[in-house]
Amino acid sequence: MEKKKKWPEDWQDVNPGLMVFRPGSAREYHTGSWRADRPIFDESKCIRCGLCYIFCPEGCISQDERGYFHADLDYCKGCGICAHECWSGAITMVEEG
Amino acid sequence: MSKRIGMEIALAAAEAVALCRPEVIAAYPITPNTHIPEHLSDIVADGRLDAEFICVESEHTALSACCGASGAGARAFTATSSQGLAYMTEIVPIASAMRLPIVMIIGNRALSGPINIWNDQSDVMYQRDAGWISMFANNGQEVIDMAIQSFKIAEHRDVLLPVNLNLDGFQLTHVVEPMEMPDQAEVDSFLPSFKPLATLHPDKAVSMGTLGLPDIFNEAMEAKDEVLKNSRKVILDVWKEWKQKFGRTYEPIEACKMKGAEIAFLSMGSMGETAEVAVDELRKQGVPVGLLKLRLWRPFPFQELKKAVKGVKVLVVLDRAVSFGGPGGPAFSEVRSALYNEPDKPFVMNEIIGLGGRDVRVEDFVKIIEKAQKALKTKPKEDYEIYGVRGS
Repeated sequence: MEKKKKWPEDWQDVNPGLMVFRPGSAREYHTGSWRADRPIFDESKCIRCGLCYIFCPEGCISQDERGYFHADLDYCKGCGICAHECWSGAITMVEEG
Repeated sequence: MSKRIGMEIALAAAEAVALCRPEVIAAYPITPNTHIPEHLSDIVADGRLDAEFICVESEHTALSACCGASGAGARAFTATSSQGLAYMTEIVPIASAMRLPIVMIIGNRALSGPINIWNDQSDVMYQRDAGWISMFANNGQEVIDMAIQSFKIAEHRDVLLPVNLNLDGFQLTHVVEPMEMPDQAEVDSFLPSFKPLATLHPDKAVSMGTLGLPDIFNEAMEAKDEVLKNSRKVILDVWKEWKQKFGRTYEPIEACKMKGAEIAFLSMGSMGETAEVAVDELRKQGVPVGLLKLRLWRPFPFQELKKAVKGVKVLVVLDRAVSFGGPGGPAFSEVRSALYNEPDKPFVMNEIIGLGGRDVRVEDFVKIIEKAQKALKTKPKEDYEIYGVRGS
């Protein structure tokens, strides 16, 4: 199987100025690998206010069809801002592993 | 047809830049470069140039605005000096990393402190490793010519790098000289419009100024280094074309009276004009002395330097900046390093001279030659001195 190139292999392959000509490529980089703590959302405490969604610097929190919020763990860096901001204490940061 | 003019060099620089039809000019006034953007703003206001003149609140923003404009495909220009350049520092290596062919004229002035508005070259040396093409002009004519050449070099598809053109503050910026100003048709035929590799446009997505993680950073730095080194070819081609079209010669190192020279000066910028007078005088007295004027600072002209110093016994590098606690002035340490592995090399000594506007006179060069003649025999151990310091 051909190995998929994650980066240009050699310096000659580097685009001038490291320009990226393909839109949306940042999506392929999963910042979730940086995470040390994971947010756990407790639906019994959640008042569905959406503050976690507003404050998330990664933009990885979204609302489901029932109105509750979840973090996309592919991108959540575990910064804990959502847990810090949550009025009702519905989000707890739990150590990974 | 070129027109013979008598004009303050800063104003002539602005006129030359205007002939290049820049589309965005962003600058913040700072002595001694101020007359350049000031005059350009007049030219724009008078309707002689169709450009966006952005009055920014700082030099950091001036260069940032130029980056944005260049990224959007505009020909962008800025000018600054000293603290203004220092304030741009954060953006300077970004402009080159993003391959944005901005042209910046630097009216060289000492970096504070103490506060000093006069000339030396410590401001540009502070930006030495930023990845820009860096050139020095000796006189007003060279400022006009090199300003026009700079856009052509910067925007060449094999280069796409920013260029800083250095002219000594006051010694050049504020001096009135007779010069030849090319006309619009001549400049238009020399300088094509800017064709960017990519532009910021919503219809065709491109990301500029991206993140570079450890996996790619070494390769990105190698690419940046290679493109700057390779810009040499384009620079030489542009100078060749300039000679064909305008008849004036530009070389990475200009040699004056080097035939049979045993002692040679190496200078950068306007000091070369004074040194030339001294060399002429000394030659009349039979002293075998010559002069090398280093025009191209980045990419550094290794080949030309090695060739130029063949047969020279003592090379006196004249620096207009100090590298405190280091091996000597920046030009000196680079020149000596460039020659280190050469089997046949001159003894290289360093005089740091003309700091913060201190006058450099013909008789100073004569004194330095006397010192160099002694050094020929004694090979002194000290690497450098700041010339003319009282008490030393």
